Amino acid sequence: MPGSIGCPLAHLGPRFCGKIVEPVNPYLPIFVMIALASVICIAMVSLSWLLGPKKSTAYKESPFECGVAPTGSAHERFPIKFYLTAMLFILFDIEVVFLWSWMTVFRGWVEKGTPSAMYSFWAVMVYMVLWFLGDFYVLRSGALEWEESKTLHPEKFGKAVDEEAPYVQPVSEDAA
Amino acid sequence: MTPEFWWGTLRALIIIAFVLVGVPPVIWWERRLLSWMQDRVGPNRVGPWGLLQPIADGVKLFFKEEVMPAAVDKFVYWLAPAIALFPAFVIGATLVWGPNPMLTPVADVDIGILWVLAISSLGVYGIVLGGWASNNKYSLLGGLRSTAQLVSYELAMGVALYSVLLVTGSLKMTEVVARQQAPLYDVLPWAQNWFILTPYGFGAGVIFLICMIAETNRAPFDLPEAESELIAGFHTEYSSMKFAVFFMGEYAVMAMFGAIFTDLFLGGWSPLPLNWDYLSAQASAAHLGWLSSALSFIGGAWMAPVWFIGKVFFLLTVYIWIRATLPRLRYDQLMNVGWKFLLPFAALNFVLTAVWMLFGWLAFGIAAAVVAAGYLMVVGFVLRPRAFKDAAKVHLVDVQANTAQTIEVQR
Amino acid sequence: MPESTFMPSTETRFEKIGENTLVVNMGPQHPSTHGVLRVVLELEGETIVNLDVQIGYLHTGMEKEAEYQQYLKCVTMTDRMDYLSANNNNLAHALAVEKLLQIEIPPRGQALRVILAELSRIASHCVWLGTHALDLGAMTPFFWIFAEREKILDMFEMFSGVRMMPSWIVPGGLRGDMPEGFEQALRTFLKQFPSALSDVEALLVTNPIWIGRTRNIGKLTTDQCYALGLSGPIIRGSGEPWDLRKSNPYSGYEKYDFQIPVGQNGDVYDRFLVRLAEMRESVKILQQAIDGLPGGAWSSSDRKVVPPPREELDSSMESLIHHFKLWTEGFHTPVGEAYAAVEGPKGELGWYIVSDGTNTPYRWHVRPSSFMNLQALKPMCIGHLIADVVAIIGSIDIVLGEIDR
Repeated sequence: MPGSIGCPLAHLGPRFCGKIVEPVNPYLPIFVMIALASVICIAMVSLSWLLGPKKSTAYKESPFECGVAPTGSAHERFPIKFYLTAMLFILFDIEVVFLWSWMTVFRGWVEKGTPSAMYSFWAVMVYMVLWFLGDFYVLRSGALEWEESKTLHPEKFGKAVDEEAPYVQPVSEDAA
Repeated sequence: MTPEFWWGTLRALIIIAFVLVGVPPVIWWERRLLSWMQDRVGPNRVGPWGLLQPIADGVKLFFKEEVMPAAVDKFVYWLAPAIALFPAFVIGATLVWGPNPMLTPVADVDIGILWVLAISSLGVYGIVLGGWASNNKYSLLGGLRSTAQLVSYELAMGVALYSVLLVTGSLKMTEVVARQQAPLYDVLPWAQNWFILTPYGFGAGVIFLICMIAETNRAPFDLPEAESELIAGFHTEYSSMKFAVFFMGEYAVMAMFGAIFTDLFLGGWSPLPLNWDYLSAQASAAHLGWLSSALSFIGGAWMAPVWFIGKVFFLLTVYIWIRATLPRLRYDQLMNVGWKFLLPFAALNFVLTAVWMLFGWLAFGIAAAVVAAGYLMVVGFVLRPRAFKDAAKVHLVDVQANTAQTIEVQR
Repeated sequence: MPESTFMPSTETRFEKIGENTLVVNMGPQHPSTHGVLRVVLELEGETIVNLDVQIGYLHTGMEKEAEYQQYLKCVTMTDRMDYLSANNNNLAHALAVEKLLQIEIPPRGQALRVILAELSRIASHCVWLGTHALDLGAMTPFFWIFAEREKILDMFEMFSGVRMMPSWIVPGGLRGDMPEGFEQALRTFLKQFPSALSDVEALLVTNPIWIGRTRNIGKLTTDQCYALGLSGPIIRGSGEPWDLRKSNPYSGYEKYDFQIPVGQNGDVYDRFLVRLAEMRESVKILQQAIDGLPGGAWSSSDRKVVPPPREELDSSMESLIHHFKLWTEGFHTPVGEAYAAVEGPKGELGWYIVSDGTNTPYRWHVRPSSFMNLQALKPMCIGHLIADVVAIIGSIDIVLGEIDR
C-alpha cells in the first residue's frame, strides 16, 4: 500500500511522488545498506596498505610485549570460565528468545480482554519463576566467580594465599 | 529499478553519511569537553576551535605505515577492524529519526529492535578476532575480556527491552516511537508518554544506558582496552588506518546507540515530552494562529532531525561526563554488576510491567510501589559509600617525638 | 649489525609454577609500572599465580659515580634518584654528611629545610595521587592535582631556578636564603590547597567503584611489613604509627605539632587514605614553619664547609682562600661512617656514607624507600587479578630512579 504513504515532497510535483506503485520487499534497503557498508569497511582497512610506506624490519614485526621478547605463545589454552560465560549467555539468550513472540501479542490480548491474556500471563510467570531459579542457581554455584584459581590452591602454593600468616616469617630472636 | 528502490538507497545513504560525517565531531567534542572538565584546553589549533583535528588525525593515519606483526593470522587480522566498524553502519537500519516515512527508517521491518540487538552483538566478533589474530597476550586478554563482557551485557540489555516491547506490542521502531507519542500515562493529553517518564521505562532505561555504555566499551567499562592494564587491549598490534577504523567504530557505535536510546526511551524526534499537535490545536482554538503554527513547526517534520541530533548529542555528553568522573571497574566486578544486578533487576522490571498491564490502574499503584522500592535499593546501592565513610577513616595518632635520641659517629 | 636483524636481548628468567598458565611481561614499557619496572606475571585466566619483579632498566651507577665526586657535587645526583621529592633526598644526604662533619645548622636553616622537605612531600604525593587514580581509570584527578603540583614546582623555581631538582639543601645548610615573594606564595598555596585536595577526594574517597577497586586488595599486616622492611605510608596503612619525623626527629621536627595518620586494614584503600591525610598534616607543618620562621643565618658558619658570603671576599684574604679551596677541592670529612635517614614521602630514605678522610666519599650508599617497598609487590599481588597489580603498584608509590640508582 505504498500509495497511501503521505508524500512530504508532493508540492514538488508528481516526479517525486507519483510513481510509487509496485510493492518492494521491505528488506531490500537493508541489503543495499549492508552492501554499501561492506564496501566502505573493506576499503578502509585496505586503503592504508596502498597509501602508507612499507619499511618492515624484524624488530618492528615482533609482537609488542612491553619492549621485551615474549615468553611462550599467545595462543595458550585459556580458562574454561570464558566458555562457561559464553554457554550461560546462550542458555539465557534462548530463554529470552522464547518470550519475544509472546510480547508482541500480549498487548493486543490485554486490550481486547481475551482470556488468553490471563492464561498466558500466568504461564509466563511460571516460566519466569523457573528463570529466576536458574539465575539463582548459576550465581550460587559460583559459575561467575572469577577469583578462584587452581594453581593457587594452598597445597600448591603454600603460605602466600594464607592471609593470616606473614609472607616472610619474622626472624625470631632465639634462632640466631 | 523502481523509485522505491532509490528512496531506500537514499535512506541507507543518509544513515551511512551520518556515521561518516558524524564521527569527527563526536571525537572533537569528547576531547574538548573532557579537556574543559579537566582544566585543560584541548585541541584548538587545527581549524576553528580545533574542529578539524580529528580529520587531520584521520588523514595522517591513512598515510602511516601499516605494521603487521610477523606471526599474526593475516586474513583475520585484516578483516577484524572491518567487522568492528560494520555494525556502526548497519545498526541504524531500523532507526527512526523523523516523522517522514520516505526518509526514515531505512526499512520499517517487523524485526526493528531484534535487528539492533543482533547487529550490536556482531561487534564482539571484530574485537575478539582482532585480539586473537594479533598473536599478542595483551590483545588476547582484551579480546577474551570483551567477549565475556559484551555477551553478559547483551543479555541484560535484551531483558531490559522486554518492558518496552510489552507496552508497545510490536518490535517495529516506528511503533515504539508512536507508542511514546500517546498521552502520558494514557491520561494527560498535552504530554507524551516517553518511556523514560514511566516507572517501568525508567528502570529499563537506566539498565539499557548502563548496558549500552558497556556494549560500546566506554569508561567505566572500557576493560577490553584498559590502557593502564592491557596497554591498548585488543588493538595493541594495530596501527595506521586499521587502528583508526577500530577507533572510528567505537565512536560511531556510541553515537548510534545514543540514537537508539533516543528512539526507545526519549520519544524519538520530539523536542520535549509535549504533544505538539494537541497544543497546536488548542492554540488554534484559542485564536492564537501564530502560536499554533509555531508549535506545529517545533513538533513538525522539518525540525525533527535537529531535535533528534540534539538528543543524541546530549547522550554523548553523558558518555563523556561519565568517563571524566568514574574510575574503571575490575573485571570480576564488571561481571558481577552484569549478572548479579542488572540481569535480575531487568527481569523483575519486566514482570512488574506485565502485572501492571494486565491488572490495570489498581495494580499500577502496587506495581509502582514495588518498583519504587526497587529503585530505592538502587539508590541505596549507589549511596552505599556512606556506610563506608565511618569504617574508612584513618586514625590520626599523636606520637611523642623522641627527643632524647643521640647520634654517635663511629670513628 | 644490520638494522633488520637487530633484536634486543630480552631473555626472561622465569619458572612457571602452574600448568596452562600464561606468562606475560608487564613492563618495562608499560603505562602503569611507573617507569621501567618489569614485572613478569604468570596468569591463570586473569588471576596472578606467580610473579617476578625485574629491575635494573634505569641503572645509572650513581652510587659508584659519587665515589669520584666531592660531597657538594654529589648533591646534584641525589636529586635524580627520587626525582619526585628531590628535597628529601638532598636533606638525607646533607644530614649524613653533617653527621660525619659534626656540624650544626642554625634554626632558620632547619626551618627552611623542613619547608622544602614538606613541600616536596606534598608534590610527591600529588604525583602519586594523580597516577594512582589514572592507573585505575580515573582521568580527572590526575589533571586537577597536577595543577596543584605546578604551584609547588613554581615555588621551588623561586628558590633555585630549577623546578624538579633544586639541589638547594647542601651539606652545611642551604645554598641561599628564602627568596623574595616565596613567603607570600607559600601562604597563598597553604590557604587554597586543602580545598583543592577536597575536590579530588570528592571524586574518589566515597566512590563505590574506587572503593571496590582498592578495598581488601594487597593487604599487609604489620608483621609482614616489618618482615619485609617496609616503611612509610605502607606500614602506616597497616596500622603502625612509625614515622622517622617522630621516632628519630631531624631538622627540628620535634618542634612541630602534627599527627601520624594510620590505617586499619593495610590494604590499598588505607594506604590511599593515609597519604591523603599526610598531605593535610604536611600543610599543618608548613603553616607552623612559616609562621614561626626564625631569623638569622641559614647556613653553618663553618667556613671549611660553607663558602663565605660574596661581600667577605672583598675584605678578607682568608675568606678568599676558603672560597677557592671549597670550589676547587671541596671539604674533607673525618674518617668514619655515618647513616642518616629522613622520612621521605615513600618511606625511610637513608644515606650511608663511609669516609676515608679525603674529599670524596669512600662508599656512598642509599637506602631507597621504594626499593625496599617494592619487595612487598609479590606477596601483595599473588591471588589477585591482573587489574589489581596496577592498583598495588600505584599504592606502593615507586620511583624507578630511586630503585635502580
